Amino acid sequence: MATGIDVVGQLAPLAFGLAAIGSGIGVGIIVGKTIESVARQPELQGRLQTLMFLGIALTEALAFIAVGVAYIPFPAP
Amino acid sequence: MLFAGTPFALNRIELIRLVVLVLLALWLLLGTRRLKIVPSRGQAVTEAILGFPRQSIVIDTLGEKDGRRFMPILMTVFFVTVAMNLTGIIPGAQIAGTSIIGIPLIETIVLYVVFIYAGIKRHGAGGFLKNALFPPGVPWPLYILLTPVEFVSTFIVRPISLTLRLLMNLVAGHMLLALCWAATQFFFITLIFTNGQPLGLLGIGTFAFGVVFFALELFVALLQAYVIAILGAIYIQLALADEH
Repeated sequence: MATGIDVVGQLAPLAFGLAAIGSGIGVGIIVGKTIESVARQPELQGRLQTLMFLGIALTEALAFIAVGVAYIPFPAP
Repeated sequence: MLFAGTPFALNRIELIRLVVLVLLALWLLLGTRRLKIVPSRGQAVTEAILGFPRQSIVIDTLGEKDGRRFMPILMTVFFVTVAMNLTGIIPGAQIAGTSIIGIPLIETIVLYVVFIYAGIKRHGAGGFLKNALFPPGVPWPLYILLTPVEFVSTFIVRPISLTLRLLMNLVAGHMLLALCWAATQFFFITLIFTNGQPLGLLGIGTFAFGVVFFALELFVALLQAYVIAILGAIYIQLALADEH
């Protein structure tokens, strides 16, 4: 008799979800701070936007590393 | 597959890459031929397109003198990436030339070699490593902790994240678009026309999302090219920077 439920599928989507939490928080902080700064000094908007996109790109790289890991052909156990 | 079975076998992505490269080279050749001081309309457009990355990516980051030295490599990276990203949303092509690892990897290797070369040329091998691995202004016991971290972040994480950022943005974008269009096709064609089920009206939603993601992909294509070029410029600038 089988003992319990067999869990099938892969863990990679779960890993991506976990990685996306961190990146999501990071991007949120970056965009929020940029909005705050633009509200303080509207004349700096162009420069701040450039920095914002750069920061977003650096932060979301972590999530994309997680997507990349999902494609590594680990041997099946 | 074109020319399948020969050494010149091409799949769709490689074919698109070749077409894009030919178009890019043609545009640059024809657009910059017979330059005049008072530009014609075509020349003005070309100058405007070339002027944006020249000023805002290269010169603003590296300065006038160093900017001119590294201009060709950074501009090449920028324009190849833009052109290959944009094929991801051109109807009929619909897959980005950068959405398999070849192009991002090669661009990363080029930028990696260039920023290490720039640092070694300016400071010598020892000076460059000292600059990169031993950031000044911390008490010496911290170096036990800091140096491995700096090594991993500079020489390992940088190229990996540069490759994966470009590649995975395009892969994820392609999947989103494909998902939206495939769902639209399923709802409209399969459910409404073939089976006559009103549930297929959900297709309106997926179609709208497809259009939205289409615009998002246009933005991502330009943004990622900008990001890879400016990160290359920043890495070169960090390698060139004097100790302070």
